[in-house]
Amino acid sequence: MNRLSEFLIGLIFGWGLLISGMTDPGKVLGFLDVTGAWDPSLAFVMGGAVLVSVVGFALAKKRARSFLGTAMHLPTARDIDRRLILGSLTFGAGWGLAGFCPGPALVALGAGIPKAALFVLAMVAGMLIYEMLDQRSARSV
Amino acid sequence: MTIDWTHFTPWAALAGGALLGVASAAFILVNGRILGISGILGGLLIPRRSDASWRVFFLLGLILAPTSLSLLAPELLSAPRIDAGNATIVAAGILVGLGTRYGSGCTSGHGVCGLSRLSPRSLVATLAFMASGFATVYLIRHVLA
Repeated sequence: MNRLSEFLIGLIFGWGLLISGMTDPGKVLGFLDVTGAWDPSLAFVMGGAVLVSVVGFALAKKRARSFLGTAMHLPTARDIDRRLILGSLTFGAGWGLAGFCPGPALVALGAGIPKAALFVLAMVAGMLIYEMLDQRSARSV
Repeated sequence: MTIDWTHFTPWAALAGGALLGVASAAFILVNGRILGISGILGGLLIPRRSDASWRVFFLLGLILAPTSLSLLAPELLSAPRIDAGNATIVAAGILVGLGTRYGSGCTSGHGVCGLSRLSPRSLVATLAFMASGFATVYLIRHVLA
């Protein structure tokens, strides 16, 4: 049941990325280009997503176990530190350069787009560089 | 500020966004997991961890999304526009991989899940990567171009 549910949720999330336009770097960059001809669509993607999942998380916080009986892996980190800010700024720079963030890049890879495959390879390389630079890391969102 | 009305797709954006919200809510409620792509993928790259299978099944679903949607509802798919050259793609990929792991999350983990659980930490992260994205595009399109 767990494996089936993880697979289906991955599938639904991928559909959401495709339908919303997040898998189109041109659309993402159109949103990030506020001073040019601005396409506000992605604000609606974020708004639609948060509006729905805020209810889910309000319910989740009250639960000791998931529906399938597994532990609730809610993040415990609360520190707003240099890692968080510098890391996020670095991510944003890469996002603005090509218009891909991790989820849409993996979906576009699944669509067989060569540049998405190249992006995912480079992204995995970036993640491995992080692992090498930061051996003590055990944190993830 | 000028709005690009020809590319503006509020309904598709809201509908797709709602699906992202459904998936994120389902993942925490059904499986007890945060739906954060960079964390799910990055966790596979740490060999000492033994929790690979749930990550693999989730990612498999994600990667099969285009094929399944093209069978079910091909009219919902549009061809992506990728202007960046290969060198830019590689640089961007490395920055995204490094940055999301260093900052413990990306658009899904911090942006959708983090904001939805009202985490101040994720709000700061989201503001930081959005600001950096805006600044990068501004530099490329309006300063360096």
